Amino acid sequence: MSYFAGIAAVYWKDVLLEFRTRQSLSTMFTFCLTIVIIFNFVFEPGSPAVLEVSPGVLWAAFTFSGLLGISRSFSFEIDRGGLQGLLLCPVERSTIYFGKVLGNATFMLLIEAVTFPIFVVFYNLPPNMNLLGLVLVFVLGTLGFVAVGTLLSAISANTKAREVLLPVLLFPVAVPVLVATVKSTGPLLRGEDLAQVASWVKLLLAFDLLFLAASSLTFEFIVEE
Amino acid sequence: MIQAKGLTKIYGTRYALRGVDLEAEAGEILGVFGPNGAGKSTLVRILAGQAKPSSGSVTLCGHPLATEAAQARACTGVVGHLTYLYDDLTAVENLRFFARMFGLHLKEPELLERLSRVGLRGREHEPVRHFSRGMQQRLALARATLHNPRVLILDEPYTGLDRQASLFLDNLVRDFAREGGTVLLVTHDVDHGLNIATRVLLLVSGRVVDQGPADAFSAQTIVTAYETGRKVPQA
Ligand SMILES: Nc1ncnc2c1ncn2[C@@H]1O[C@H](COP(=O)(O)OP(=O)(O)OP(=O)(O)O)[C@@H](O)[C@H]1O
Ligand SMILES: [Mg+2]
Repeated sequence: MSYFAGIAAVYWKDVLLEFRTRQSLSTMFTFCLTIVIIFNFVFEPGSPAVLEVSPGVLWAAFTFSGLLGISRSFSFEIDRGGLQGLLLCPVERSTIYFGKVLGNATFMLLIEAVTFPIFVVFYNLPPNMNLLGLVLVFVLGTLGFVAVGTLLSAISANTKAREVLLPVLLFPVAVPVLVATVKSTGPLLRGEDLAQVASWVKLLLAFDLLFLAASSLTFEFIVEE
Repeated sequence: MIQAKGLTKIYGTRYALRGVDLEAEAGEILGVFGPNGAGKSTLVRILAGQAKPSSGSVTLCGHPLATEAAQARACTGVVGHLTYLYDDLTAVENLRFFARMFGLHLKEPELLERLSRVGLRGREHEPVRHFSRGMQQRLALARATLHNPRVLILDEPYTGLDRQASLFLDNLVRDFAREGGTVLLVTHDVDHGLNIATRVLLLVSGRVVDQGPADAFSAQTIVTAYETGRKVPQA
């Protein structure tokens, strides 16, 4: 059994489950869109203030809706003992973690891909943005957020206060990722070169790797009693 | 095939297991009996690798669970209190997922064959959500035996099964042992358990109070041992 086959199996299962129920994606999308629309009424379209605040609005929408998906990813495993069932399989525990990270990241990126064009239209953003750079930052930012979120979701799924614990823990821990992401999103939206935000992107990459490595190492001790 | 030495499990300050030793050879059906809260499910979860013992060690098919976990798990099939199935996936999809997790590439006809063995033919493309408790239990059996394990660990597997399905399970367990497999069976139905087990292990308050060949036990001695927490001398 190869390591990657295990990750792929968990990932495939989560995607298939979501495709069947569409529970996470529909709530995530509704929530994300609501935030974008509400803030839209606050700012004059086309005013310089919009460009200043839009990275913050965008990532508030992405991360809060992402949180909804992440918190579900282990709660449905707990109800039927699915996680216990996964522990019976002859795979490294961390394959379960990586499969879930990939699943959660896919769902978040899907929401981002759908919401971002709507956001651009609503906020009347200039068309000369650095799209390639934005894609890179969205992927890295999402990966970092999900890496922490999936681990904390596994921790909080076993506690009574699972709905409360995850957001309380996740946002403080993910601060470095969120700051780096928002800081690099702004200039890229204004069409600046990736080189302008290179230091933030490097920080983002470093935190992604750090979080993924640390989480995969500790995951085993979280899921086994 | 199953070996456990000095298993202890402490939850907070409560001992669920206090130094359990057990051994089951190929061809044996070890019936584990004990009152509620005796530690049977805790023992099962530790043998299955779902929980870590506070101390002690487990070896399955010659592979220590602590150091060769993947090999130990690959040779073991487990049916626990919960079914470990996904409600929103169909029966076939559930099996396919677990097959892949065990590194097997079973084709559709093979999966369907496994389902018809547990009498679920015709329902294979329905989500598990629509299954009755007994049907889910049948599917859980198919899931647990998918990878042709050599050790089978069953925690109250008769839950929800009708007469036909429990006869099926009886036969499955006996055939499995006859072909050189090892079964550990936890059940509250003492008469039924004694009928099928070849050896018996009595667990009370996390301790092994008695063990031996099944014909040395009667339902009466077992129930008395539950109450006294001691081995009952044979009359
Ligand atoms: N996760 C847990 N946290 C705390 N205590 C636990 C936990 N799991 C089991 N226990 C305790 O360990 C003891 C043994 O429980 P276990 O479930 O192994 O009993 P059992 O023999 O399977 O009982 P039953 O016949 O009711 O299934 C009990 O006192 C129980 O309260
Ligand atoms: Mg039990």
